[in-house]
Amino acid sequence: MAELIAKSPCDGLLPVEIGGVTLREVDLGHLTALAPHRGKEKSFAEAMKAAHGLTLPKPGRATGKDGKRLIWFGRAHVLLAGPAPAARLLSHAAVTDQSDAWAALRIEGEGVEDVLARLVPIDLRQQVFKRGHTARTQLQHMNVSITRLGDDAFMILGFRSMATTLVHELETAMSGVAARRAG
Amino acid sequence: MRLTCPQCGERDRREFYYVGDAVALERPAPDAGDEAWEAYVHLRDNPAGETRDLWYHEAGCGAWLVVTRNTVTHAVLDVVLASDVKGGGA
Ligand SMILES: [Zn+2]
Repeated sequence: MAELIAKSPCDGLLPVEIGGVTLREVDLGHLTALAPHRGKEKSFAEAMKAAHGLTLPKPGRATGKDGKRLIWFGRAHVLLAGPAPAARLLSHAAVTDQSDAWAALRIEGEGVEDVLARLVPIDLRQQVFKRGHTARTQLQHMNVSITRLGDDAFMILGFRSMATTLVHELETAMSGVAARRAG
Repeated sequence: MRLTCPQCGERDRREFYYVGDAVALERPAPDAGDEAWEAYVHLRDNPAGETRDLWYHEAGCGAWLVVTRNTVTHAVLDVVLASDVKGGGA
């Protein structure tokens, strides 16, 4: 049998550092979409807490930390990033493995908000989009998930098939912001 | 134009896809008769004023929304999740 070599979505493209802002790919482990069955929202939240120690986030929020996160991912579903989903969750929710479907990026550094402001239509400034806040929105014309991880750090999930474009757009915006700062 | 998604907050028009008259939530019974079905499938009002339409938050949370707005003043009067409206449960 052939030996297949796994390639990450941004293989050969990252990391890059421009003007103090760094962009790198992160390996989040398993990515699983979980949509609780109707009427099972409460039992699903309890099973998630018991199985993974994670609190079910409200819309626009993420819980957990690096290595184990639960991210609100749209109407009536969340994304578990890190561990493989416990079997007990299967009786409460529709479970879909999306591990290979997303490119996961971490962008950080002073001025990162200025970089994202060039690409994303929503307000991501600290005073309105705090640590633990997450949004489904667009980056240029691509649908993405954006989560604030820290004062100057965000996580961006984009479709794997658009990874090269996603990196290109971010690099272009990073260069533009760096040039403005230098001037 | 901006719509306030009940889940995501106020968002730009570009994130939404227009689906059509919210009459789609009032599907007749299978035996309601030809007239009721013809009206449901084909006949639409085109009011200058208040309309009630379905929109899809395509580039956001993926929710179907019922938006009440005024086509004359462009005011957006109400946005609710279609799943919270009678007939909107998938
Ligand atoms: Zn939304």
